[in-house]
Amino acid sequence: MDGRSFILGMSALAAGICTLSGLGSGLGQGIAAGKAAEAVARQPEARSSILSTMLIGQAVAETCSVYGLVIALILLMANPLV
Amino acid sequence: MDFSNRYHAVLFHLGDTPVYLTDTLIATWIVMGILILLAAAVRVRLHRFQDVPGAFQNLMEIAVETMENFTKTTMGPGNEAFAPYFFGVFAFILFSNYSGLFGLRQPTADLATTGALAIMTFVLIHFRGIRKKKWGYVKEYFSPHPIMFPINFVGEISKPISLAFRLFGNMLGGVIIMSLVYGMLPLALRVILPDILHAYFDIFAGSLQAFIFTILSMTFIAEKSAVE
Repeated sequence: MDGRSFILGMSALAAGICTLSGLGSGLGQGIAAGKAAEAVARQPEARSSILSTMLIGQAVAETCSVYGLVIALILLMANPLV
Repeated sequence: MDFSNRYHAVLFHLGDTPVYLTDTLIATWIVMGILILLAAAVRVRLHRFQDVPGAFQNLMEIAVETMENFTKTTMGPGNEAFAPYFFGVFAFILFSNYSGLFGLRQPTADLATTGALAIMTFVLIHFRGIRKKKWGYVKEYFSPHPIMFPINFVGEISKPISLAFRLFGNMLGGVIIMSLVYGMLPLALRVILPDILHAYFDIFAGSLQAFIFTILSMTFIAEKSAVE
């Protein structure tokens, strides 16, 4: 097996592993949405401000998984190792 | 399966580097054209606006008033002057994201566009902070203890990077999944089935990301320029 194809195959594997970064942010976003639902159930009049706070928090939590996606894409499209 | 940013022609040479006419550039020009035409239409009709608004005037007034109220509630008093700027940014990102519905490649699925938008926010954050706080701005980097300076500094640098990558990654993910689905389906089925995905990736995620970019920029600027 030549080195180039080994690196390409391992890069594809690494890109797959990179998408696992979605695991943590998905969990976090789900917890945030659940807590927001609880808060709306307790205080229905504060719905709009709870919603926008939840969205900001979820957007920040999403950053990690977006970084994972970007690294996966770099490994697949513009591999620096080959 | 084609989701790369295609090069169509060489526009001009910058030194030895050729500057290409890309998909992103075409889509950006179309979005800019639509926004400029809309603004011109509003400007021409402005002197004919009446106390009892018609449909078009009503729509425009609702949009502007919503943005002003939103800026006021998010950024606090004293920052109302940011409303027109953020209205422009929001409209540009929203129209860019919706342009995927018309077969264009979204300009926001290119790191150059989102990076430029994030640099604009970055410059605003720090100019506003320095003008509002003077020396308190520098002191903030060394609080609560001078040993925290590297952490504070890296935190400031990472803000525009995370802003740019969030918008870019979300839109590019949509573009990739859409092109995979289009490549998978036979020609006859490409009409109806991807509509649901378009509704999610272009309309729902597009609106959400435009909203999140605007509200995060607002929060960053407001918290950096808040005087205790």
